[in-house]
Amino acid sequence: MTGTGQKRTLVNTPIALSTPNPHRLPSTVARADEHLLVAAAKAGDAAAFEELVNRYERKIFRLTMNITGNREDAEDAMQDAFLKSYTHLQSFQGDSRFYTWLVRIAANEALMRLRKRRPNQFSLDEPVEGEDDLMPREIEDWDPTPEQRYAQTEMHEILNEAVAKLEPDFRTVFVLRDVEQLSTEETAQALGISVPAVKSRLLRARLKLRQKLNRYFRRGESN
Amino acid sequence: MNCKSVIRELSNYIDGDLDLAMKQELERHLGHCEDCTMIVDQTKKTVEIFCDSEPVDLPTDVHSRLHEALHRRMKEKPN
Repeated sequence: MTGTGQKRTLVNTPIALSTPNPHRLPSTVARADEHLLVAAAKAGDAAAFEELVNRYERKIFRLTMNITGNREDAEDAMQDAFLKSYTHLQSFQGDSRFYTWLVRIAANEALMRLRKRRPNQFSLDEPVEGEDDLMPREIEDWDPTPEQRYAQTEMHEILNEAVAKLEPDFRTVFVLRDVEQLSTEETAQALGISVPAVKSRLLRARLKLRQKLNRYFRRGESN
Repeated sequence: MNCKSVIRELSNYIDGDLDLAMKQELERHLGHCEDCTMIVDQTKKTVEIFCDSEPVDLPTDVHSRLHEALHRRMKEKPN
């Protein structure tokens, strides 16, 4: 059984492809000098804080866009996240990376707006689901490098559409864990849920995305 | 290990979180199960594709509004 839904054109494309980066290292976005910028910003150096904003604004916008699925909410959430991080910078103790702290604030801002807009579709507090629905359908051979069959813009649309169609609970965990590359523990902490809940939702999100991409990547599928 | 157990441990396997005995057991199953091998490889590929994604540039108007708001806050409340 395969899906035959129409592709839709997305106006905003927060996901883009680039050269591969190391997989499974949490929060690799933070460059080595991040703590120096944070220290300078805490000491009153406004330019240092602005450098942090310049460094992370694209990623934070992608995060808020991926969680809310709405450009206006995404922009508001991003702006409030940076303003809050500036206002509360003195309370940042440095026990995690600044970027991880910022992602937590931004994720909360985005989730708040998502819950407000769609109160009945989102509940991170739900118990971990059973395993009956886990077995994948649509098991077909893929091309070895299926992403190369698509132009970059088209690939962005495919990825964004696939993520956007995930249930918010799964989407949020997937975005923090696999797109922003937070560790499982960091993701659990950011969302205020347990590590088993993160793992359960991540597994489901990954399986659902594999299934959504199957129709584009299966061998012999013409572009 | 059966197919259901492989799927249950799929994320842990991809993330390298399985202990050696479990990993070997899972890989023994993959050695003779074509379906599970495809699912494992394709799920890994799916994660890699998203993991390798980079954000696009912030739209200019969004960038401008963010920095204007930031400058206003910095004037109101210097750190």
